Amino acid sequence: MNLFKISIANLREKKLNSFLSALLLTLGIGMISLLLLLNKQLDEQFKRNLKGIDMVVGAKGSPLQVILSSIYQIDAPTGNIPLAEVNALRKNPFVKSVIPLSMGDNYQGFRILGTTPKYIEHFNAKLAEGHLYNASMEVTIGSKVARDSKLKIGDQFSGSHGLDSEGEKHEDKKYKVVGIFQPSGTVVDQLIVTRLSSVWDIHEHSEGAETPAVAEVEHSAGQTQVDPEPDEEGKDVTSALIQFRNPMGLITIPRQINDNTSMQAALPSIEINRLFSLLGVGIETLRTLALIIISIAGVSVFISLYNSLKDRKYEMALMLSMGATRTRLFLMLLIEGLSLAVIGFFAGIIASRVGLWVFSKSAEQDFHYSLGKFALLPEEVYLFFGAIAIGVVAAALPSLGIYRLNISRTLAEE
Amino acid sequence: MISSNQLRFSYSAQKKFNFPDIHCNDKETLLILGQSGRGKTTLLHLLALLLTPESGDVVIAGKSVKNLTPQEITATRAKNIGIIYQRPHFVSSLSVMDNILLSNYLANQKEDRQKARHLAEELGFAEHLSKKTNQLSQGEQQRVSIARSLMNNPNIILADEPTSNLDDDNCHRVIQLLKKQSAQISASLVVVTHDQRLKDEFPNQVFL
Repeated sequence: MNLFKISIANLREKKLNSFLSALLLTLGIGMISLLLLLNKQLDEQFKRNLKGIDMVVGAKGSPLQVILSSIYQIDAPTGNIPLAEVNALRKNPFVKSVIPLSMGDNYQGFRILGTTPKYIEHFNAKLAEGHLYNASMEVTIGSKVARDSKLKIGDQFSGSHGLDSEGEKHEDKKYKVVGIFQPSGTVVDQLIVTRLSSVWDIHEHSEGAETPAVAEVEHSAGQTQVDPEPDEEGKDVTSALIQFRNPMGLITIPRQINDNTSMQAALPSIEINRLFSLLGVGIETLRTLALIIISIAGVSVFISLYNSLKDRKYEMALMLSMGATRTRLFLMLLIEGLSLAVIGFFAGIIASRVGLWVFSKSAEQDFHYSLGKFALLPEEVYLFFGAIAIGVVAAALPSLGIYRLNISRTLAEE
Repeated sequence: MISSNQLRFSYSAQKKFNFPDIHCNDKETLLILGQSGRGKTTLLHLLALLLTPESGDVVIAGKSVKNLTPQEITATRAKNIGIIYQRPHFVSSLSVMDNILLSNYLANQKEDRQKARHLAEELGFAEHLSKKTNQLSQGEQQRVSIARSLMNNPNIILADEPTSNLDDDNCHRVIQLLKKQSAQISASLVVVTHDQRLKDEFPNQVFL
């Protein structure tokens, strides 16, 4: 026999009341914890992919779209820009590096990205097997692509036009897998990376069907030595990632580009902040809702203990007459509130993990992003103490009545 | 052994009680008879140290309780006095067994399951030990509360109308059990009642 046992027996005696209080706490805690998890993981994903990219240039349109499509590979690109204009940026003394990107095809929903080796360097992607693509139509695939599409080194596949898997297939030209990247937690995991020229080849072959031989010769010539920064007349790319040599670039270059070229410059830091402030309204609303639910949970614990204390007044007087001290009974009631808080907290943490798992499944399907981190966050430790505080306050307020209970009168009244 | 000396208590200016002195030695029994409103329960609560008298004194096991602190009074009660109430009340969430053991726990004594089981057998509810108390009949409940009052081997057993809700058969049975059990542990048994059926069961009587 101990206080804990009596408290638990009391909670079990009022199953529905206890269940309601714990359920409300579970909901509130679960929502807050899920928001914390999502916020942190989205933030991490965004930051990790953003690292070191100071500016993105793309066709005119929505700057957010340029950022989302070029850095995160989740939105459609805005259009094409001439490679010549992109390469012209290299001459600017403030520019440190220019990474042209070309996209437009996919395989089973995974984007095929034509780029220069600088891209791989930038994301610090390491090879797990095979080697880096070298010739046109050779590809190196990200770890998630390899896992989901079951492609192996040496496999050949044909890409589909567009950015979702339903697009028309380029049956005449097949890509060949030559390497697989290690998982890096960046966007590279979900990409099929190839030379810029592969993307040009594929589209010239299917569109300009009259001169296939010429194109073939032209490119096989280019293949003999790996040209890290191709500069081909008349070629288009989708966008380019730019790194500046110093922050001065930020001040002058975007303006120059927007005013003097057919391209537009988008600054990831600004666009992502904008995106997060848009999302933030929703997150803020959900957080407020969760806090309201938690407060209601506190009120529910309060009411349930208050009522049960009224019903159990005689029991309390009885226990006092049997030698219990008031502090002991107060503790007993406190443990009831605390147990509910602890149960609610852990159920909430579990619920948020289940929620994250479900969310991650759908995010993976739609965007190929996975959010699979289920470890306890430091903020959740604060959340734990918050839940405990609510349990203690909600239990302590009605339980203070124990100190005013008149034993003799209560025993005589019934 | 329990005795009282010139106990006075008032709830208000109009509602004052002067109680006759009572005395009950170890192994003895005492019946306090009185009609409703004569302060029977008040006297019992004074004797049980649940109320503090305006004046007068109670002597429990040879010791006056006059100048004890509330903590000492609680400890004295838990150790020396077993109380049986008119309507048996229990901690409804606990089993019969746990309700009996609660006496030990709250008085900071070692829990004696053996004894609880033995008492349950003697009082005839051994098969109900794992049930909840509200599943028992009134007579059974009253016997459980007797068992509960005996758990700490008290020096004094105080019973407040222990038989008023019981039929004749159960009434007789409960009183016999009370007398037998208190005699076994050499306790004083004080019964407060208006139940005229008990008149013939007790040689020593006080009228309020």
